[in-house]
Amino acid sequence: MNSTTPALVELRKISKRYGELLANDGIDLAIAPGEIHALLGENGAGKSTLVKILYGVIEPTEGQILWQGRPVTISSPVEARELGIGMVFQHFSLFDELTVAENIAVALPATWTLSAVRARLGDISRAYGLSLEPDRAVWTLSAGERQRIEIVRCLLQNPNLLILDEPTSVLTPQESEHLFITLEKLAADGCAILYISHKLEEVRRLCRNATILRAGRVTATLDPRERSAREIAALMVGNEIGEVKSSGVHEGQAEILSVQNLSVPPAGLHGQALIDINLNARAGEVIGIAGVAGNGQSELFAALSGETTVESASAVIINGKPCGSFEIDQRRKLGAAFVPEERLGHAAAPTHRLSENILVSHHAVGAVSKSGFVVLGAARKLARTIIKGFDVRSPGEDAQARKLSGGNLQKFVIGREIIRKPKLLIVNQPTWGVDAGAARLIRQALVDLARAGSAIVVISQDLDELFEIADRLAVIHHGRLSPVKPTPEWTKEAIGLEMLGVGHDREAGHAA
Amino acid sequence: MRLELIPRPNVSPVMRAIAPVIAFAVAFLIAGFVIWLMGRSPVSAFQVYVLHPLADTWALQELLVKATPLALIAIGLSYCFRANLWNIGAEGQFVMGAILGSWLALATHGTDAGPWVIPAMLVLGVLGGMLYGLIPAFLKTRFGVNEILTSLMLVYIAQLTLDYLARGPWRDPKGFNFPQSVTFDPAATLPAIIEGSRVHYGALFALIAVIVTAFVMNRSLFGYRLRLTGDAPRAARFAGFDPNRTTLAVFAISGGLAGLAGIAEVSGQIGQIQPSISPGYGFTAITVAFLGRLNPFGILAAALVIALTVIGGESAQIMLKLPLDLTLAFQGILLLCVLSADALVSYRVRLVGRGAHA
Amino acid sequence: MTTFEAILLTIVTASTPFLIAALGELVAERSGVLNLGLEGMMAMGAACSFAAAVTFDSSLIGAGAGALAGALMAALFALVVLGFAANQVGSGLALTILGLGLSGLIGAPFVGAKRDPIGHITIPGLSELPVVGRLFFAQDLFVYGSLVLTLAVAFFLHRTRAGLMLRSIGENHTSAHALGLPVLRVRLLAVLFGGACAGLAGAYLSLVYTRFWSPGMIAGRGWIALALVVFAAWRPGWALVGAYIFGAASVLQLHAQAAQFGLPSQVLSAVPYAATILVLLLLSLRHGRAIGAPGSLGSPFVPER
Repeated sequence: MNSTTPALVELRKISKRYGELLANDGIDLAIAPGEIHALLGENGAGKSTLVKILYGVIEPTEGQILWQGRPVTISSPVEARELGIGMVFQHFSLFDELTVAENIAVALPATWTLSAVRARLGDISRAYGLSLEPDRAVWTLSAGERQRIEIVRCLLQNPNLLILDEPTSVLTPQESEHLFITLEKLAADGCAILYISHKLEEVRRLCRNATILRAGRVTATLDPRERSAREIAALMVGNEIGEVKSSGVHEGQAEILSVQNLSVPPAGLHGQALIDINLNARAGEVIGIAGVAGNGQSELFAALSGETTVESASAVIINGKPCGSFEIDQRRKLGAAFVPEERLGHAAAPTHRLSENILVSHHAVGAVSKSGFVVLGAARKLARTIIKGFDVRSPGEDAQARKLSGGNLQKFVIGREIIRKPKLLIVNQPTWGVDAGAARLIRQALVDLARAGSAIVVISQDLDELFEIADRLAVIHHGRLSPVKPTPEWTKEAIGLEMLGVGHDREAGHAA
Repeated sequence: MRLELIPRPNVSPVMRAIAPVIAFAVAFLIAGFVIWLMGRSPVSAFQVYVLHPLADTWALQELLVKATPLALIAIGLSYCFRANLWNIGAEGQFVMGAILGSWLALATHGTDAGPWVIPAMLVLGVLGGMLYGLIPAFLKTRFGVNEILTSLMLVYIAQLTLDYLARGPWRDPKGFNFPQSVTFDPAATLPAIIEGSRVHYGALFALIAVIVTAFVMNRSLFGYRLRLTGDAPRAARFAGFDPNRTTLAVFAISGGLAGLAGIAEVSGQIGQIQPSISPGYGFTAITVAFLGRLNPFGILAAALVIALTVIGGESAQIMLKLPLDLTLAFQGILLLCVLSADALVSYRVRLVGRGAHA
Repeated sequence: MTTFEAILLTIVTASTPFLIAALGELVAERSGVLNLGLEGMMAMGAACSFAAAVTFDSSLIGAGAGALAGALMAALFALVVLGFAANQVGSGLALTILGLGLSGLIGAPFVGAKRDPIGHITIPGLSELPVVGRLFFAQDLFVYGSLVLTLAVAFFLHRTRAGLMLRSIGENHTSAHALGLPVLRVRLLAVLFGGACAGLAGAYLSLVYTRFWSPGMIAGRGWIALALVVFAAWRPGWALVGAYIFGAASVLQLHAQAAQFGLPSQVLSAVPYAATILVLLLLSLRHGRAIGAPGSLGSPFVPER
């Protein structure tokens, strides 16, 4: 960075402590006007905490913020906005039932009326290519459109600094490129941008300066274009990068899962329907399902697991047994196992101990229950085995699930299913929000299970992950599944088109 | 100025256990203050409310008699509340149990029927409460109707039904126009546990319910199912526990126990049908359930403590001319204190002044 | 005045407390707080307003005291559920129990007292019209006030910035907090408004509807008003419709009792309660699960700092 440029904002020795955990540890960071500055780091490195401090959502334990050279205390997002800081959240801060214009107006100063918002929306849309209909309800919009609302919200206040937290995690490659062009225009107009990501490629595409965080500390500040990917990756994750070995081809193996013309009506007002899904998985094989969040992944998981049942038994066949109408524990008895996306609240009860959480998926199939009674000893023993076998680091002997970090709880939840040696494992977002070490362990465990002869279906938004472990791949879009093809036959571009619903393999006209 | 809640990293079990005691003490202080405001001596009120009922065996028996329906109903409610379902119509289920059971008592009146009458009455009582409790459960599971409002509306309907029966078809024709039924035959009377005492078999039922529930909650898969449903409903679905079946089951259990309490009260205590048979046991039991932290033995203790204040309230009315409504107000304060204490076990409160880093 | 006109007039009187209480609760619920203590706040409103009105011989002071009592009860509720993040359902029940008990203490000395009817505001000319004249142009202040309140609440929720903030907070308190909206402060105000409305509704019952105070006089009207909010799908206009339907049902059952159809009076007394269940059922049949319910309704919020 050019040291003569006066910084727009400077963070000095920012620390944030949560009990035992030091989420941010003495972080220094400076951004100049018109600069696109990357904040790189693995999940859990402390990026979100840092930007929430900068945006006034949480207060730092220690440290100082300088805005245009003078010390400031930012005690709420309102104050941040008054300074000229705008923020686009990773998990959007939108209100589903409200309209686009209302969603924007509520985040603006009181002087903005709805009609003023509507009027300015047109200008901004034209200037930055962010088209939005002001009177649509937000729940009808795609993730890309929702993100536009967040960006427009910020732009209407002519920000000096725009913070984006993992903005591409919900976007297709094409939508991401569109976003980059918008951001470059903004920077050219003098707006500084703090761009948070764990994806190296896009940071190299967009930024000249990057601050790299690991475990709450700054490990380097550098120009990402001048260093090799390996070098930067090492700074991000330390030295524990390893490769996962895929399991090979499986023609002629027994078919463990077969899904035929599976259709499920949408659940409730905002649900996504599943339309005519066809899919099979053979023993020893990993099937990957890619797609942008909210295109029916959760619904597909629910229909495969039996949390949602269908009338046609033959729509889902597990181990040769038609079971579309079976409940989840009946499917478990057929040798299937499931790992949902949400760890806390879905896969595990936050306030229950790990041993009790064993029961969630074992009560009908294991030795942890006997004729209607819970065998606590067996559950504790099993929990210990999983903790040891899957390197789960937990505070205390038999801790509550919520006391574990995301990565450790995910290892526990995956281990809980793998330890049953299931014939079929369905996983939704196996490494969402977990650290690199845990992600690698989890992927390896999945591949090992496949090698041992199980069929695995991995639903994931992480394309790199799917290319790494899946033998065959399909893309889900608007509740429809693309044809399943061997992974080497896919290019990233082809996948991107399928994620947008404009793949050439699909019949025309359904993408609406 | 505002309050800020900071999650406690570790919740000590000791604190969890003594929180209801502290809540109780705070509620007493507030009640004492109210009594002082009313121009009475809080000290003598305390004597009448708490010490008098413990003074002699008659009062102690009365304590058990009052605690019985409270414990039975609250134990039933704990099944619902554990699963995060809100049955607030136990009062109605209590009344319906009493009505269905009493029907047999009145049908067999004067017929010299055998000793089967009282067990059959108890079964009918359980059945009456259970079926009445299943109405809101069914409306919820089948049509998605909020159980809080329906279970409460059904209380009024049950009370009016009882009122109608006591003044109409079931009125004792020889009763000088008093709105009450004939007195039940000895065969239709729930006997005392010890000859000559006032403590009927209902107290034993309550004790059994406590022990069985402790076992169910801590050791059985069903108890686990309830806790999981209440603490993490999505995880419960993932576990394969159908929430609708859970709902029906807990409403059946809590309705059944309230119905049992109802028929035990009428056949063991009142001895006839009257237009009103409960001073609000079904509502007071909600306080009891929370004061007992939904733990069976806690509920037993809480039922005794609340029964104490109910009896105390009655004697205070006579001796100090303090209105019965004071007891009701005290219970409201107590429940608020207990719920606040529950929350404060998990959070530390910080008072933040204006202008501080908010 | 014909019997028919008289019935119409009493329907207006019976519906007004439902409407006022439901509007207050509607605002509180739109901000995301479920206050089941409506019955208790109304009881306190009825008792305090009557006591104040008799003591100062002024219905206006009475009404003010009722609103204040309701708001104070609501403040206690807010302390527990907003300040301590306690369970809203349980705390609401506690508030009802407390309100019923406390109102009994406050009202007891005033049993037997009777208030004169409060003045009606007649609009010269219009009030002389047949049937509609008395009905629409010669009502008391509360009736006009409740209609104005309906419009005001509708305007506030959908046409003002503060209303937009309140709806956002009720819809998703996490997002609202991330944007810097004052979640707890808005909820506090909404709960206080709800309490004041409930108190006012109670005041109307004791000062206008019965003109005396008796224990248990709310008789479940608070719970019915809660059901009304669900019926109205959290929209003020529908709350008005619902309040008048329930008002009509409760008046007509009284007239049916007087007419002695041979039905026991208890059956007719049960009509409003049974009707509530039926209406909730029909709504669910039409819409599936409660439609229009605010996304964060009933869940406690503790801001992350």
